[in-house]
Amino acid sequence: MKVSALDRWLFLATAVIASYQIAIGIEGLGEVPILAYTIGFGALLVAGLLILILGFEVLQSPIVVVVATIIPLSLACGMVWEYLAPWRVWYVSAATLGFIAVGVTRFARLSRRVAILILALVHGMAGLTIFLLPLSMVATQRAGLGFGLVSLGGALIGGMGLLLSFLRMGAPILNQEKLLKAFPLLFLVITVTYVLGFNWR
Amino acid sequence: MYNLENFGKNPRLTESILATLEDQMNRSARWLPKLKHKVRLYLPLIKSLQTFLLLATGLAGYMSARCPIFHLPTLLGLSGSLFLAISGSTVLNMWWDRDIDAKMGRTQKRPLPSGELSSQETFRLGLVLSVIGLGWSALLSPLYALVVFAGWFFDVVVYTIWLKRRTCWSIVWGGIAGGMPILAGRVLGVGSIDLIGILLTLSVLFWIPTHILTFAMRFYSDYQHAGVPTFPSCYGFPVTRATIAASSVLAAFAIGTASILIGVQWGFLRLLVVLSSGLLLLAIGSLIRPNERVNFGLFKYASLYMLASMILLSIQ
Repeated sequence: MKVSALDRWLFLATAVIASYQIAIGIEGLGEVPILAYTIGFGALLVAGLLILILGFEVLQSPIVVVVATIIPLSLACGMVWEYLAPWRVWYVSAATLGFIAVGVTRFARLSRRVAILILALVHGMAGLTIFLLPLSMVATQRAGLGFGLVSLGGALIGGMGLLLSFLRMGAPILNQEKLLKAFPLLFLVITVTYVLGFNWR
Repeated sequence: MYNLENFGKNPRLTESILATLEDQMNRSARWLPKLKHKVRLYLPLIKSLQTFLLLATGLAGYMSARCPIFHLPTLLGLSGSLFLAISGSTVLNMWWDRDIDAKMGRTQKRPLPSGELSSQETFRLGLVLSVIGLGWSALLSPLYALVVFAGWFFDVVVYTIWLKRRTCWSIVWGGIAGGMPILAGRVLGVGSIDLIGILLTLSVLFWIPTHILTFAMRFYSDYQHAGVPTFPSCYGFPVTRATIAASSVLAAFAIGTASILIGVQWGFLRLLVVLSSGLLLLAIGSLIRPNERVNFGLFKYASLYMLASMILLSIQ
């Protein structure tokens, strides 16, 4: 499926918005959250540019599963580091191990069932963190209402990451054409919700 | 002249005025499409995208020293003189290479090889643009003018006339010529040639091979047919891909180092690191799984990267 002119504009807008967040949207935080958010938004930016330039075929690359994992994991790590101090080390360790496991099961070509299980676990952990943590922070008034947008983005990216990863692993939940048609707009909406959520908290 | 007080009263006079007006309007109507036609023919001669990208590097070089910009006359002078000098050298390059362009499928529809423009007219255009551009730069600053002239000389004389048809290594001189606008901008800003200026020049110099070598691979048979020695024809595709990947990474390294020395804000540096990692990813990809799509993707990304870097240097 070809990338249409509208799709290109949507990917470009995604890249520009992610660039804004990296350049000026995460100042004043600690070193670890800045690093985590830079990796997360950086992956969004580079992914947007690569699809813009290389087309949807780039989604066939084995590296997509890894990149689709980097984005939620790094954002989740940044938020846990900021808001759940007692869990910092545990969470970041688990996330690092999970990321390595996804990479190993993907490139070492182990059993497909094991690969899918690990992928679902890691995505589930990161997705639930991004979805629940901002909501609980808003509920306990430790963050403004706008932070809830990150939950919305988390739900969307969690779903999209899983759909993409399962598609890449040959067990599609949604067929490729439908997924690719919705992908550019969804990608932009996710980036916008994150950027607004992080800036309006 | 007509006495307009009598307009409408004297039918013969009115008719005469109307006829004259109609004649003048007809002349204007003929003149405008002619101008449009000329502009349409001249635009491809200056390779507008490449010229504007080089102009952007010149502006970034200047703004890296003088940001924020408030001195509008200097900025306009820089833009105008660089645009004209770069355009002039590009037109002269087209004029000299008209026989090569006529043999290559990619270029044979250009106005000169297709016969829409005469070689004399093209030569005159290139010369006029060059003289005005170089003359204007001399009015701004002698050192700036020297650098602009060096860029023009390396591009027209050393690269195009002397080396392009003799050796595939001519791209080094093409690269040096391409690096001159950013150095010129920097020189106009700081008044001397400094380390940052040299690093910025190197960043463009290393970016140029991604442009030229990608085209040399993509239009390999065209260049073979025209008898132009290229890296792929001299050293093969794998070496060319490795050269493109290495030069892209070196370009990123040079611009990164220059940015640190300039004192670019931490946020912009972060962004530059992210963009550089994308470039590195593509460069590695083009070596591990070489194919035309990835190679051309690397070229497009490198161009986007260069433009983004120039914008970051300008707004820092």
